[in-house]
Amino acid sequence: MKLTKLLATVAAATGLFAGSASAEDMRIALVVKALGIGFFEAAAKGAEEAADELGGVEIIYTGPTDTTAEGQIEVINSLIAQNVDAIAVSSNDTDALVPTLKKAMQRGITVVSWDSGVAEEGRMAHLNPSSNPLIGNMIIKLAADHLPDGGDVAVLSATTTSTNQNTWIEEMNKVMGDYPGINVVATVYGDDLADKSYREAQGLMQSYPDLDAIIAPTSVGIVAAAQAVADAGKVGEVNVTGLGLPSEMAGAIQSGASKSFAIWNPIDLGYSATMMAYQIAKGAEAAPGAEISIGRMGTITLDDTNSAAMADPFVYDSSNIDEFKSIF
Amino acid sequence: MSLTDTVQGRHIPDQLRSTLDRRLKSWESLLLLVAIGIFVVNSFASPYFLNAWNLSDATFNFTEKAMIAFAMALLIISGEIDLSVASIIALVSTAMGLVMEAGLGTPVIVLTGLLTGLVCGAFNGLLVTRLGLPSIVVTIGTMSLFRGISYIILGDGAFRGYPADFAWFGQGYVFWVISVELVIFAILAVIYGVILHKTNFGRMVYAVGNNPTGALFSGIRVERVKLTLFLLTGLMSGLAAVCLTSRLGSTRPSIATGMELEVVTMVVLGGVNILGGSGSIPGVVIAAFVMGLVTFGLGLLNVPGIVMSIFIGLLLIGVIALPRLWAMSRKGR
Repeated sequence: MKLTKLLATVAAATGLFAGSASAEDMRIALVVKALGIGFFEAAAKGAEEAADELGGVEIIYTGPTDTTAEGQIEVINSLIAQNVDAIAVSSNDTDALVPTLKKAMQRGITVVSWDSGVAEEGRMAHLNPSSNPLIGNMIIKLAADHLPDGGDVAVLSATTTSTNQNTWIEEMNKVMGDYPGINVVATVYGDDLADKSYREAQGLMQSYPDLDAIIAPTSVGIVAAAQAVADAGKVGEVNVTGLGLPSEMAGAIQSGASKSFAIWNPIDLGYSATMMAYQIAKGAEAAPGAEISIGRMGTITLDDTNSAAMADPFVYDSSNIDEFKSIF
Repeated sequence: MSLTDTVQGRHIPDQLRSTLDRRLKSWESLLLLVAIGIFVVNSFASPYFLNAWNLSDATFNFTEKAMIAFAMALLIISGEIDLSVASIIALVSTAMGLVMEAGLGTPVIVLTGLLTGLVCGAFNGLLVTRLGLPSIVVTIGTMSLFRGISYIILGDGAFRGYPADFAWFGQGYVFWVISVELVIFAILAVIYGVILHKTNFGRMVYAVGNNPTGALFSGIRVERVKLTLFLLTGLMSGLAAVCLTSRLGSTRPSIATGMELEVVTMVVLGGVNILGGSGSIPGVVIAAFVMGLVTFGLGLLNVPGIVMSIFIGLLLIGVIALPRLWAMSRKGR
């Protein structure tokens, strides 16, 4: 038995050596805004996961020390020099990286952007974490999931002129038919100020005593609303949901003021960006209308600007908040 | 021997007649050895290092900083400093963006850039020389002021759409792998070398840095020398801004953030005494290459930027401490 164990160890060791000796087939560089940011460290974890799944892929996780365009250009220049196969970048500047990334593409390197994009001429494709219709659907779904018998919900938005929030609420209204029994009774604006959002949330609970949920598609509003609900002693009666950051929402999830909320998952984002870069480097077409498979995240379709949306925003609740609250 | 020479020739050298021994122990040769060492190590460490295009790309890591470092070297030798240079770049770039938005062509854009740099330099220089304020305080103030103005004008926006021929400065090549920026760098190295080491003005800079009162009593217009150096530093920041903006193809108020420290590092690494009075342009030129080679070589090995700055810091301390340690050990013997 000892012998078999020894043999197994030797075999494993040989395998290990063989593994490290054979050069990887493809090197994909994941360039982030700056090193040492939890969100991007998590994305790198996702990229490694994609590399393991694909096999023969080496991930070069890199970025500047500060979030500057000049720093990213230095990093990208050294990646061009190393003749990597693909660069997937979350850029610090939409425009400033374009000349350098163009040079990379001229030298045969596949260039994609993710999270924070670069101008169209500087990349082959761009991956957005989500899309307006998906977000609009998600915020109402989050409320409806906890209201099987229907109920009254109110929206606490940012400002009346916030383009993002207005678009998401518009998209939400389009799919209201899918959620029978859910009524949106009011939309109020907290101007993305903590104190004003707090007062607006208080006002909603006073005006609508039967209110079941507050949807806040803004990271400032959702925290303020959860605080207002907790302070009013209405935990369990009014569920606060919407879009927020795990680090800021951990308390609200713990107290029960919020049962769940959503935002992108950086691990999925890093995974998908790597998958997309891999597929395009392997010859997948990057043109409007093209479909690209991104592993466990499914398939994405490029739009007119060669951009695609990854997935529904990721739902955070008591089951996973502890894992993510330290990340971002 | 060198003493009699100088007396007979009525010629006061800016440094003692160099013997082979002294030359070998000089700062520049020590630095040159470091540069060669880094070059050799890099060639072995990465198969991508010895490639003309890659080395050409690497020069962009230092060319713009070195342009400012030349003027900064003179300024520091004269006993002053300018910490606002990176912010001048931001303001210059913003001014050029405004001119570009107005629809004016490349010559006007470049001229605006250089003039804005000059005006910023004059502002610093006049505050220091006319009001007698310490330059470190003045330029810490203008560091916030200049960049602040660009933030007010641009906010989170950007100027883009510079004319195609404007790209020549930062993206153009004179021939083969020799970029326009590298040629500007080389020309400036010669010009500043001549100014500092071969002209009366250069001699005055040393005199002002070593003993301003003595220089004044020797008939040197100390304030005028200092003002000229601030103007030069402003002008060079303007030129660096032209190159950087052209290379990036756009302007944001965060452009060149933190560059002032890299410029000062380059100057000090080049052997310029941070307290003024001594230093040389060849030293700064070699320091520029050392910094460029180190960052590029480590970049090729995908060493994270944080580790890279530790490396630059150690290099700086090491190169400064070594000669002193050596001197101490000799004295102790």
